[in-house]
Amino acid sequence: MNIDLLVSVLKRAAQRGATVADGYLVEESRFGASVRMGEIETLSHSREQRLALRVFAGRASAAASTSDLSRDSLERVVDEATALARITAEDPHAGLPEPSALIERVPDLDLEDSSDDLSPEEKIEIARRAEAAALESDPRITNSEGAEYSDRRAHYAYATSHGFARGYATTSFGISVAPIASRNGEMQRDYWYSAARKRARLEDPAAVGRIAATRALRRLGARKMKTVEVPVVFDPDTAASLVRSIASAASGPSLYRRASFLLDRLGTKIAAPAVTIVDDALIPAALGSRPFDGEGLATGRAVLVREGVLESYLLDTYSARKLGLQSTHHAGRDGSGVSVSTSNLMLLPGKTSPKELIGSVQNGFYVTELIGFGVNGVTGDYSRGAVGLWIENGELAYPVEEVTVAGNLLEMLAAIDGVGDDLVLRDRTVAPTVRIGRMVVAGT
Amino acid sequence: MTELARTRPESFFSDRFNITSGLMDRVLGGNLIGKVDDADIYLEYRINEELVLEEGTVKKASRHVSQGAGVRAQAGTRTGYAHTDEISIQNLDEAARQARAIADRSGGSGALALPTRGRPHDLYTLAEPPIVTDLARKLDLLRRIDAETRATDARVKQVIASISSEEVIMLIATASGWTVGDIRPLTRLNVTAIAEEGGKREIGSYGGGGRVTFDFFLEAGRWRRFAAEAARLAALKLGAVDAPAGAMTVVLGPGWPGILLHEAIGHGLEGDFNRKGTSAFAGRMGQKVASELVTVVDDGTIPNRRGSLNVDDEGTPTGRTVLIENGVLTGYMQDRLNARLMGMKPTGNGRRESYAYPPMPRMTNTFMLAGEDDPEEIVKSVKRGLYAVTFGGGQVDITNGKFVFSASEAYLVEDGRVTAPVKGATLIGNGPEALTRISRVGRDLQLDEGVGTCGKDGQSVPVGVGLPTIRIDGITVGGTAV
Repeated sequence: MNIDLLVSVLKRAAQRGATVADGYLVEESRFGASVRMGEIETLSHSREQRLALRVFAGRASAAASTSDLSRDSLERVVDEATALARITAEDPHAGLPEPSALIERVPDLDLEDSSDDLSPEEKIEIARRAEAAALESDPRITNSEGAEYSDRRAHYAYATSHGFARGYATTSFGISVAPIASRNGEMQRDYWYSAARKRARLEDPAAVGRIAATRALRRLGARKMKTVEVPVVFDPDTAASLVRSIASAASGPSLYRRASFLLDRLGTKIAAPAVTIVDDALIPAALGSRPFDGEGLATGRAVLVREGVLESYLLDTYSARKLGLQSTHHAGRDGSGVSVSTSNLMLLPGKTSPKELIGSVQNGFYVTELIGFGVNGVTGDYSRGAVGLWIENGELAYPVEEVTVAGNLLEMLAAIDGVGDDLVLRDRTVAPTVRIGRMVVAGT
Repeated sequence: MTELARTRPESFFSDRFNITSGLMDRVLGGNLIGKVDDADIYLEYRINEELVLEEGTVKKASRHVSQGAGVRAQAGTRTGYAHTDEISIQNLDEAARQARAIADRSGGSGALALPTRGRPHDLYTLAEPPIVTDLARKLDLLRRIDAETRATDARVKQVIASISSEEVIMLIATASGWTVGDIRPLTRLNVTAIAEEGGKREIGSYGGGGRVTFDFFLEAGRWRRFAAEAARLAALKLGAVDAPAGAMTVVLGPGWPGILLHEAIGHGLEGDFNRKGTSAFAGRMGQKVASELVTVVDDGTIPNRRGSLNVDDEGTPTGRTVLIENGVLTGYMQDRLNARLMGMKPTGNGRRESYAYPPMPRMTNTFMLAGEDDPEEIVKSVKRGLYAVTFGGGQVDITNGKFVFSASEAYLVEDGRVTAPVKGATLIGNGPEALTRISRVGRDLQLDEGVGTCGKDGQSVPVGVGLPTIRIDGITVGGTAV
């Protein structure tokens, strides 16, 4: 990892007139193998690096980034960024965190797999096994969008012109399968995946394939429904998307722009008492874990919502100062500058099993997939395309498609009357099964 | 940066990285030609600039450079792809060896790629590319937009305006000895207004752009219109009523609502899904899939449009593909791989987000041709329904054909009259069925303002859409008013 390069770039920024500057360097290598109908479809290899820089001229700032780390290019990027900073307006809230606030000792979160790399053939075989398990599981699985194995190794470094420089390394691995089930001319596709920081923690490829097949098969024979207002149960994947919408509305930039339905609601009840949402960056070997945020601040465990009460926003240094608050150490960093991002974001589990939640519904909708972008973050108005299974007398009865579920997020959160005990930390944002008392399901 | 805009792609890559088309041919020849069915080397250099105004001042300015090379080798249905962000002959050789490793694992199909030929278009040579335009002029425009948006409606409390400008220089060398480059300018102006009244807040966004100069925004009062529209949309929604729920007659206004076509049929007619038989449209060529009033084309050759390209990302000149003619399915959009495997011709639709991805079939500018009806008459013909004018994003499940797109400006229609504005709602339909229910097509075809970005398999590319006013008899509206 070339931390020295990052430090020298920041030094140059100071020489060119920047009062302070910080930078983020990512080096990564990726491998991907996809197979379809048992044949290799795509193999891809890559190595990439990107240096992102933020410079301040007094209280004015600018950002720049480049994937060209040659000396000439870096000098040009520094010069352009400092020139850009001079034309932007002064902003009293702009600036780096206090140097004393930066992380001292980077904790080891066990984010790197130390086992030997597999050969390309072995990686292809993992994808092949996953797809084969899906294809072999039922004669109605007749086609496939394929299966994929991927891995990624990355090094991150953060530095400031004050002389701070720290880094860490991560690995991640993934398998996904997308089989197609068909019957009487109807085709239904679904997918399943497993992702982990350690290769050994990936689920068995064949098991991933079989789950994907089961998911596609249960969609066959899907019906349209008449428009009704009923209880709606979100499965863990779709419930996680609700958690993401809450996090986005609770993030600093949405708040200081007054573009959030959670504005002015800190400390108030925004959801049913069954709802507690936590963001925990320090879970060992978890996919969303990170020892420090995009501004070098030590991460931790933050409670966003405790028993229905909005307890904290998600803030970086700038949005915190704008709001008169402290950073919650949620700065994310990408090519275009500093933003807010979550780590391991979780809706904590309740005590009811998913079977009981479904069993409590006489006539309602169990949602397994949501499509489209119908969430208004300013008002919370919610309207999305949905796929799932109809619940009759407490049992999953038949598949349903071409319907929408609609409401308002604040009303939906207040109407959560059941949270499942089935939380599994299998991705960066997770939730258990969630039951909402009443929503409009629009159909024919 | 001015020199970048003036130079030809060949001389740019040769001057800056010492990579000539002769060297690219040597890498292809030494590693790939004769060993695989098709291969190419793609070089890319991209500069991106973004200026954002918030709270009346420009506080965010950023500039990004990315560069890299991708080498692709194909044998039968298999693709090997390797890319690097350090453009050097050693890295190209290494990438070519990695890409070829796949071909060594299995024999080729013997179906060799047809050589690409044909002159690239000249659709967006600009007097001054937007990336080189003086920052001071851009900043000044953003400040004027802020003032204009606030002046439009006193309820506007927050304005976010941004100008992004980009230039991509690409050069591709294919195994058939064809080397072609392109310089692609792109710019977009976006205005977001947040209006507040009586404790309610709403958001309105409007914008546009294309492969045009910065002056495009100053012409024909464009920037004033974008500012006024953003303010109007935010204020309008403050008074919106709940959207209706259920299937009903929907009239779509002209322009951006063409996203219907992009989702309902566009993706389903991309070559890859049809070769694999995973599209709801697979095997339906020559069949009636829409009302006879409907003719839909994908056209990458319209000058200065956001979705247009002189050549696609495989070096094939773009074209005009008739997807549906008078209701009958007539064409797929193809890249080289899928065209070769399906025994068809590439249509200039092979696109990629950047050097980091292999290309696949993608849309360019997709629109419905004008019909004969008077748009006002179309609205008057509706007893009870929805008139939807502006949309957010959309999405489709290719395999079962279900698609959604979200209305952000829509009104109730009662007895032929447009009445109350309604809150945003998602519309959901079935691709092979929705277009059969089109009963009226207006004479007012419009292309969108130039804001579209399409995502597929994690790759984003700029696209355009267009539509005349149309009437659809029965599509599900996902509101809350039962």
